[in-house]
Amino acid sequence: MHDERRTPRLALHEISKRFQTVVANDGISFSVAPGQVHALLGENGAGKSTLVKIIYGVLQADEGQILWDGQPVAIDSPHRARAQGIGMVFQHFSLFEAMTVLENIALGLDNAPDLKALADRIVTVSQKYGLPLDPGREIHTLSVGERQRVEIVRCLLQNPKLLIMDEPTSVLTPQEVERLFVTLRQLSDEGCSILYISHKLQEIKDLCHHATVLRGGRVVGECDPAVETARGMAQLMIGAELKQLTRRAAVTSREPRLIVDTLELRSNQPFGIDLKCISFEVGVGEIFGIAGVAGNGQNELAQALAGEVTLRQPSAIRLDGKPIGHLGAEKRRMKGLCSVPEERTGHAAVPEMSLATNTLLTARNRMGLAAQGFIQIRDARNYAARIIRDFAVKAGGPNSNAATLSGGNLQKFIVGREVLQSPEVLVIAQPTWGVDAGAAAAIHEALFRLAQSGTAIVVISQDLDELLVVTDRLAVINMGTLSPAIDTAEASIEQIGLLMGGLHGMETEARLDHEDMSNVV
Amino acid sequence: MWFKVEPRQEASQAVIYATPVLAVALTVASGYFLFLFLGLAPAKTLYHFLISPTLTFYGWSELCVKAGPLVLIASGLAIGFRANVWNIGAEGQLTLGAVGAGGIALAFWNETGLWILPLMCLAGIVGGMLYAAIPAFLKTRYEVSEILTSLMLTYVATLILGILVYGPWRDPLGFNFPQTRMFTDSALAPLILEGTRMHIGIVVTLAVAVGAWVVMARTVIGFQIKVVGLAPAAARFAGFSRNRTVWFSLLLSGGLAGLAGTFEVAGPIGQLVPHLTPGYGFTAIIVAFLGRLHPLGIIASGFLMAISYNGGEIAQVEDRLPQAATGVFQGMLLFYLLACDFLSRYRIRMAQREATSS
Repeated sequence: MHDERRTPRLALHEISKRFQTVVANDGISFSVAPGQVHALLGENGAGKSTLVKIIYGVLQADEGQILWDGQPVAIDSPHRARAQGIGMVFQHFSLFEAMTVLENIALGLDNAPDLKALADRIVTVSQKYGLPLDPGREIHTLSVGERQRVEIVRCLLQNPKLLIMDEPTSVLTPQEVERLFVTLRQLSDEGCSILYISHKLQEIKDLCHHATVLRGGRVVGECDPAVETARGMAQLMIGAELKQLTRRAAVTSREPRLIVDTLELRSNQPFGIDLKCISFEVGVGEIFGIAGVAGNGQNELAQALAGEVTLRQPSAIRLDGKPIGHLGAEKRRMKGLCSVPEERTGHAAVPEMSLATNTLLTARNRMGLAAQGFIQIRDARNYAARIIRDFAVKAGGPNSNAATLSGGNLQKFIVGREVLQSPEVLVIAQPTWGVDAGAAAAIHEALFRLAQSGTAIVVISQDLDELLVVTDRLAVINMGTLSPAIDTAEASIEQIGLLMGGLHGMETEARLDHEDMSNVV
Repeated sequence: MWFKVEPRQEASQAVIYATPVLAVALTVASGYFLFLFLGLAPAKTLYHFLISPTLTFYGWSELCVKAGPLVLIASGLAIGFRANVWNIGAEGQLTLGAVGAGGIALAFWNETGLWILPLMCLAGIVGGMLYAAIPAFLKTRYEVSEILTSLMLTYVATLILGILVYGPWRDPLGFNFPQTRMFTDSALAPLILEGTRMHIGIVVTLAVAVGAWVVMARTVIGFQIKVVGLAPAAARFAGFSRNRTVWFSLLLSGGLAGLAGTFEVAGPIGQLVPHLTPGYGFTAIIVAFLGRLHPLGIIASGFLMAISYNGGEIAQVEDRLPQAATGVFQGMLLFYLLACDFLSRYRIRMAQREATSS
């Protein structure tokens, strides 16, 4: 178990980092004891990522000192960080789909032994920590949870003394989260410190020994998460009274507005998911959720609904009775279907362009920002200014580049861009992915108000807590098929969790785990 | 020892516009040593190469004659480059445009009328467009790289022109020289200033450059092109078709290259010959990048390239500089420009591999 009186494993002293005009980290100090699971909490833009990158050697601090086991160290590269005993599991994995687990791990090691020996070590380590993994399997055959195991095992092979985990549970089913926590607790017991970044307060309460809260690049508080309430931590994080999110009254009218009728779509991507016979209805003013573990066809479904991919069968998607399945994205928008894709930069917005110009992506026709093929830049600026005002987007102004906004603010802007168009149907994917609690609350509230005005909303999200709060009904997508819809009020986490894993999927995984072990050893 | 390329934090706007100036300076400096190495008086040769073409009014008029086709072609290419559509075959589209225009000129050789030149322009544009349609079709239908197809088709275009001027279109009274009849006055671009070779095409070019600026800065299609180039996924989300953008970019740049070819044969040349240009279609690529893909920058860089052509000729006469020097100069300029661009976005660090691994 950790012992806070001993020399800290890692101690930060007055770490500061500036990017041109922005101060990302401002005199940050805290320490992590050996074996401690230390939570780093903060809104997006609070400076967590910058700080973690400094610790892992991706960035260098302008000022301040890092002490490792009491000794000052200069971590000038990830190489150096790994040599020091620091491992990191990033939020987005860097794995080659077409290569095996073994090859991927070998590529990520600074001093890889020969493959045979490495395979043995992978099996040993993965068994020891309850992370079953077959070195010979190709990455594209693995679930997201298994891919994360690859990343974790890659770190563990280096015998880390500090493991940094960046939002590790956002891609996992509740059952997988439980399994991950068992592993992390075991590591902690063996003396490995863990720096755990998450915005899910309940998880932090369950797992972490200590929490440091960042806001605006400074440490604003430390607490023992076991004692502090989730609400208290959230308030510390946002620095304001948290608005209580009340579930609105369930919708009574079920007059269908959006009908998806046996939608079939073959994926055009090498490792994509085919959509099979997807049917559901969303009523006037209803919020419909689609849950599921990432990579089960959510992207494909979102693109098919938004019209980025068109369907052969026009009647597979009907809006107020009109078939729109064959129409492209802009034509569907003209019929009243707006959408928000999952990826903010490069998909929902062009980072190199100004906010005003970014409104043209989806609002140029619906909001009259272009006439006879000419851009009405003044109207676009006004519209951007309206979004910034109505959604309290922190931005320099309509002429600021989208890239200069923090994730949460850009997401508010993107959601605002669609919501202010008052569409008949809104399809929104991962509405609050990687967004701070304040922005998430604002986005949820906007969705409620939009639903109240009669819009049918489809929310595709991996965040089960979010779906349980915002949706009226929900269904689970697994391997490209959609479960029957259930009333959210009657749904239990366990039930949804099982659907997310897919009963079939769970069985095969368990069997494979077993076989893999016996094959390789 | 180990070289590492790392992205820089942020390339400032000032640096982006400073790199062409730096590239020109480096090219001139390298030229100095090149001339020294060739046994020439470097300062005098550089003077002839870079300054002499700009000393007289006639010199400037000649620069306009050379810059015209470069700017016309580069304006079209730059729009495509913004959309990541890499048309490298403007030289071939220029050639086919010239063939189209020349065909009209020869077909109506016995006729006169104000309608002949506009018809030639139309035929030139269509010729260039049709030729650019081949890479566009291959790209949108089979995902074949337009870089390869457009480039290779250039050599086919030269051969097509050869067949015509050595064969059926050869001047019957031309002593078997591989060239067509001289065009009649109705098929020639009128001069805009007596005593020079400046023709109506230069006015058209200016209009096109301004038009290109308006399209890119103010229209939805210009926005579409930029989005397709910067963020293909965002373009799909916005409902912009990539294939349509590819077709638009290639047809536009092909059409403008064809128009440039028209003005070459209807202007300074006055007939079809086996070799129409000193590589305008390729040089225009340099012009487009040196001008930062901006229509006004392209006009400036077009003049710079025109200087390298005309100065190269003067230095050939005055200093016996080899003809290849012009090409070397242009190549160096592109090389330095790309290098400066790269280094403004990335830096190279030497790292010792052993020191950092455990």
